[in-house]
Parts: sequence; structure tokens; C-alpha cells
Amino acid sequence: MSTLARVRATLWRTALQAVPTVFGIVILVFFLLQLVPGDAVDVLAGESGGISEEGLAMLRASFGLDQPVLVQLLAYLDHLAHFSLGYSPRYNTPVMDLILSRLPGSIVLMLLSQIIAIAVGIALGAIMAAWAGRWPDRLLSLAALLLYSTPGFWVGLMALVVCSVWLGWLPSGGDVTIGADLRGWAWLKDFAAHAVLPVTALAGFFVAIYARLVRASMLEISRQDFVRTAHAKGLAPFVVTVRHVLRCALVPLSTVAGMHLGTLLGGAVVIETVFSWPGLGRLALEAVMARDYAVLLGILLLSSLTVIVANLLVDLLHAWLDPRIQTR
Amino acid sequence: MASSTVFLSERSGPWSPRFGQFTPQIRAFLRNPAGVAGLSLLLLMLLTALIAPLLYPGDPLDMVARPLLRPGQDLRFPLGTDSLGRDVVAGLAHGARISLLIGFSAVSISLLIGTLIGTVAGYFGGWLDDLLVHLTELFQTLPTFLFVIVLVTIGKPSVMLITLSIGVASWPTIARLARAEFRSLRESDFVMAARSLGYSNSRIIFREILPNALPPIIVTTSVMVATAILNESALSFLGLGDPNVVSWGSMIGAGREMLRTAWYLTAFPGAMIVLAVLSLNLLGDALNDALNPRLRELS
Repeated sequence: MSTLARVRATLWRTALQAVPTVFGIVILVFFLLQLVPGDAVDVLAGESGGISEEGLAMLRASFGLDQPVLVQLLAYLDHLAHFSLGYSPRYNTPVMDLILSRLPGSIVLMLLSQIIAIAVGIALGAIMAAWAGRWPDRLLSLAALLLYSTPGFWVGLMALVVCSVWLGWLPSGGDVTIGADLRGWAWLKDFAAHAVLPVTALAGFFVAIYARLVRASMLEISRQDFVRTAHAKGLAPFVVTVRHVLRCALVPLSTVAGMHLGTLLGGAVVIETVFSWPGLGRLALEAVMARDYAVLLGILLLSSLTVIVANLLVDLLHAWLDPRIQTR
Repeated sequence: MASSTVFLSERSGPWSPRFGQFTPQIRAFLRNPAGVAGLSLLLLMLLTALIAPLLYPGDPLDMVARPLLRPGQDLRFPLGTDSLGRDVVAGLAHGARISLLIGFSAVSISLLIGTLIGTVAGYFGGWLDDLLVHLTELFQTLPTFLFVIVLVTIGKPSVMLITLSIGVASWPTIARLARAEFRSLRESDFVMAARSLGYSNSRIIFREILPNALPPIIVTTSVMVATAILNESALSFLGLGDPNVVSWGSMIGAGREMLRTAWYLTAFPGAMIVLAVLSLNLLGDALNDALNPRLRELS
């Protein structure tokens, strides 16, 4: 099979796999949410107060919340079939618009923290594996374990105290300075200053995961026959480490990274809360609190699709990294 | 290697947790200073949790002194008081109870669900396996923490509900692991031998395969307790915890309001979380080295 045909087969397989997953998640979450007491109208009424029974009924009817569960589910699936994520009672906007407004923030946070975590994780893991059992390894292993054991939001809060409160180097929340109408280069600098702390706090945990993983895989791979062959044919140790051992160690690393990439899109709830970062995680939390299920379902669907796409990319990457792996 | 241990232990009768079988592993564990340190730290945490009501009787949520005493200002309250005049040390000690209780119980629930699903899928295979694998994947594509938040909002926040939610949201890890173990062990010689002796499925599952599948599950368990504790603290930090008990996460959440003036209110409970989670991770690493002889040679 040619490479192109293989890629096409993989794409097709992923699309086929995505449909039942999306269905499953919609149905699972939909019925789960029926167990949660109260709906969006209750929350709205509780906040504004003084809405009559008739008013409530009218609101419910306008959002379709008075319909039986199955009708609501079918209506939602019908929306999905038309590539719409429904309408948010809470924000009075289409869910798609809401999600699109928060998506850039989440993507920046997710990509930057993952790129940093993967780069630093590979470097530290390789150093640990090269000095396995000796003091650089022991010291870094302990540091990685400590980082692995620290809640990201607490790292964030402590970094906030040091960098923002004591030293005054960095802003303490949000994504841009409010009211400062910045353009171009100045905007980018302002945005970057706001992003440093949340990205670092989020990346820390993953640096630890990836460094530990790279170390373990490299130690395991360095005992395999093809590595001995590479040594035997006279390659320099550094070349063997980078071109043969590290390359294979990237296979498990990319699997794990792919898994985290998707869940991070909606899952960085706590970090986003700590830094008032406008992302999907915080939107999801607000949606749960407001019983605004259309928004929540939309975010869950989006992050599940990201997981599926990330897995697809990882599969393709594996076939390239390790010729023994065939794209299924 | 696995088959020889089982045949040896087969002579020693039915499945009583055959500790003799693990003696070399226990020795390997005790030689590992990191593992011993982790175990001691964990035992210290457990002790703190157990004697907290004796050391600090009364509700740690009660006001006992002037609010916002700095650490060391009044020696009766060595780490000071928070914005509502609650003793920080008492809160830390009582918080250990909640964190460890939720951590261990939630993981017991995941273990129960995960092992059951993984065992059935891995041992029986076929369409049942396909179905369960898809179910597991479905749960794994959901962001775990968001899923926990949704589950927690189903009822009034209580320790029980939080435990259940974290447990239900984190079983896929165990299920995948148990399934992989069962799939590989199903084909091994000692299971073939047990089959040819006419043993029933349940006997093969519980007495033959499960004891051999346990080591990787035990290792994962300690890391999962650590993760459960982290999840609980994040939940309480967001204010979704049980309002009637003090938890490290809720202390951080309350301390965050005074981050600028009283940063230590956030720092102390966070440090406790780090210590508890670190002890479990040290333990998990040491167990992994001890139970996985191939890695033991490497490091």
C-alpha cells in the first residue's frame, strides 16, 4: 500500500471511530445531566428574582427545556447534524460563538505549555538516562518527582506571590491589560507577559511526566539489540543516543502527550481560574454552575474531538518515528 | 518467571495472600531509601490523620482566636489563624483525614470497577472485549476533571459524593491495565495448565491470573491515590468541596483571597498536599522497581 493510501485509510478509520464516540458522549452526558438538580432557568430566576411562574414557564418553553428528555436529546442531535452546537440560555448567544470566543485562549495555553513541557521533558529525561544511577540522575529524578507531586494551581499561586506581588514583574491575571488599547508588537508583549505564569504553572506537571517517561523508555530501549548493533558499527555514543534511542523513546512520549493534549483543551479549569485566563475550562465551570448544558456539552464534544484528532496525529507520527510500526 | 512462582505457590494451597512469594521484592523495596522515605512519610500522614481529633478536638472550622494571626505571633497557634480566626495547624491536621480518606476510598472504587471491566474484557475477549474497550475509550476521551465536576454537581457536595465522583471518573486507567495483563497472562503456560486440569473460569481468574496481574496494578494504585488527592484538592479549591469539613484544597481556596497580605495561608496547605502526594509517588516508584525485576537491574 502506498503511503498516501495508508494515510487515507487511517483518516477514514478515525472518522468512523469519531462518530460513535461523539454519539456516546452526547448520550452519556445528556442523561447524566438530567440527574443534576435544577436547570438554566432556575439559576436565571434565582439570580434576577421576582420572575412569575408564567414567566419561568415561558422561558423554559423558549429554550425547549419543557420538552421530554428524549425530545431534547433528539433536538440536540438534530442541531449537531446541522453542525450547530445549539443555543445558550445563560449567555443568550449561539454556543458556537461562545466557544469560538474562548478557543484562542485555550489553544495558546494548551500548545505553549505542551511545547515547553515536551522540549524540557525530553532534555531532562535524556540527561537523566545518560547519567542513570549517578548524581545528576538522582538529583533531577527527585526534582521531577517533587514537581510531579505538586498541584499546578498551587505552583501558580506561589509564582503569583513571588513574581507578581513581591517582585512586580508580571501581571496577576487576565490575558491583556484591561483598557489599554494596544496594537501589534506592544499587544504581543503585553499578552506574553500575561501568559508566562499560567503557561509555566500548567507546563510544570507535564515536564515531570514527560521527563520520567523519556528516562524510563530510553533506559529500556538502550538495552535492545539494534542499539548494540549501532554501537558495534562504530557510531559515536551521542549519535546512537539521539538518532536511535531517543527517536524510539519519542513513541511512548507522543502517545502520552497526545492523550493530554485533548483533555487540556477543556481541562485546564483550575489554572484558568487562578489566573482569570479566558479559556474553555473556566467557561465549562461557569456552564456547570449556571446549569447551561448546551455550552458544557459543546466543550466536552470539542475536547473529545481534539483527543481523537491528536490520537490520529500520534499514530501517523509513530509510523514515521519507528519503521517497525505500521499505520493500522 | 511468573509461571514458576505460581507453580511453587500452588503447592502452598489456596490463595491466601502468599507473602512468602514476595519476600525478595520486599527486601528489594526495603533496600531502596526513596521507598522507605515515602512509606515513612505516608505512615506519618496516616498517623496525623488518625490522631487529629485527639490533638485538636472540636471543629477545626470554629473561630478560636483573633483572625489573621501571623505564624509565630501566638505560640498557642504556631502557624497562625486564617481570616475567620480558625487555627491553621488544626486545619492542616484535620485536612489530612479528608485528603487520605477521599484518596484511598476513591481509588478503591476505581479499582473495583476497573479490575472488573478489565478482567472481563481481557479474559473473555470477543465482542464483550470490543464493547468494553469502546466504553473505556469513551470515558477516557472526556477530560477527567470536568467529568468529576459534572458528577459532583449531581447532589449536595459531601465527602461521599466527591469520593464516588473521583472514583467513577478514574477507573479507565485500571481497566486498561487489568485488560492488558489478563490478555497476556491468558495465553501463558500456567493458565493453559490450569485449563487442562479443568479449573473453572472463576478459579482461573481469581486464583491463577489475578495474583499475577496484581503487581502493576498495585504500583498504579499508589500513583492513582496521589492523583485522587490532587483532584480532591482542586475541587475544594474551586469551592465544590464539602462545606462542612476542612480540606487542604478549601484552605488554599480561602487563603487565595488574602494572597497579597497573607501568602502563608496558601503556602502551608499546599505544602501538605505536596508531602502527601510525594510520599505516595515515592512509594509507587519504589514498588515499581521492586516488583519489576527487569527495571531493578537497570537502575
